[in-house]
Amino acid sequence: MLAIGLAHYLTVAAILFTLGIFGIFLNRKNVIIILMSVELMLLAVNINFVAFSAFLGDLVGQIFAMFVLTVAAAEAAIGLAIIVVYFRNRGTIAVEDINLMKG
Amino acid sequence: MSASVIVQAICFYAFSAVLLASGVMVIASRNPVHSVLFLILAFFNAAALFLLLGAEFLALILVIVYVGAVAVLFLFVVMMLDINFVELRQGVLQYLPVGAVVGIILLIELVFVFGAWVVVPNVAASIAAPMPLAGGISNTQALGALIYTRYVYAFQAAGLVLLVAMIGAIVLTHRARAGVRRQDIARQVGRRREDTLEIVKVRPRQGI
Repeated sequence: MLAIGLAHYLTVAAILFTLGIFGIFLNRKNVIIILMSVELMLLAVNINFVAFSAFLGDLVGQIFAMFVLTVAAAEAAIGLAIIVVYFRNRGTIAVEDINLMKG
Repeated sequence: MSASVIVQAICFYAFSAVLLASGVMVIASRNPVHSVLFLILAFFNAAALFLLLGAEFLALILVIVYVGAVAVLFLFVVMMLDINFVELRQGVLQYLPVGAVVGIILLIELVFVFGAWVVVPNVAASIAAPMPLAGGISNTQALGALIYTRYVYAFQAAGLVLLVAMIGAIVLTHRARAGVRRQDIARQVGRRREDTLEIVKVRPRQGI
């Protein structure tokens, strides 16, 4: 219990990932919170990568985590830009109101 | 049980507890500004976990990129948009059951995965880029030596992703405002005398 191993980090990452999923379902109306939940999930994935990288002694995991970080930053920028444009056009960011295509 | 193991365990449990607690607060807090601030706290604690794992470069990159850029971007958007957040919070409990079901199913699946996987016996033979030995080059140096040689194309592709994201964000949010007077040098240079100037000979006592 005291010696921290791979399983500890994976457990933390799994709980964080589940929190992200839960946040998406809980805040169905607020797109900004949904984006933050996606960031939490990506953070959990990164923790997984770095934990495996550290415990297997392989640096490639850390490199891949850096690419995940890059994509997360790009995703946040584009997502927030879309939110700003949507708010400008509709005056709201409630997800339930985005039903123009009746999907 | 040596002291360093105990210190490491204490650090791990403290950081991960704060990480998970702030993760809960991100999705549960009523004010989105508080959510962003808890997100920043979560990123800091994740960076501390990375430090514990020996990934120093990634830990500091996480702080710089997430706290310095992404979280500030979130904060800007949350504060700039004039949104009635109380209204957005309504109906949360309506989605609680389905969210709980999905979350619990996912957690159970992850537990199953954890119980099932094993590391292959000769894992040392399949390591693509071994960690530098302790006391050798630093983590940052090792990462740089790998990124700029073997993964240089992926690195360039990551830069391209960021470029596309930047251009996309600018294109999406930029709007050309009507009524703004801008200098048009081509029109200024192309003006001719006869287009703009008219000589009128005014006779005395007759007017124009």
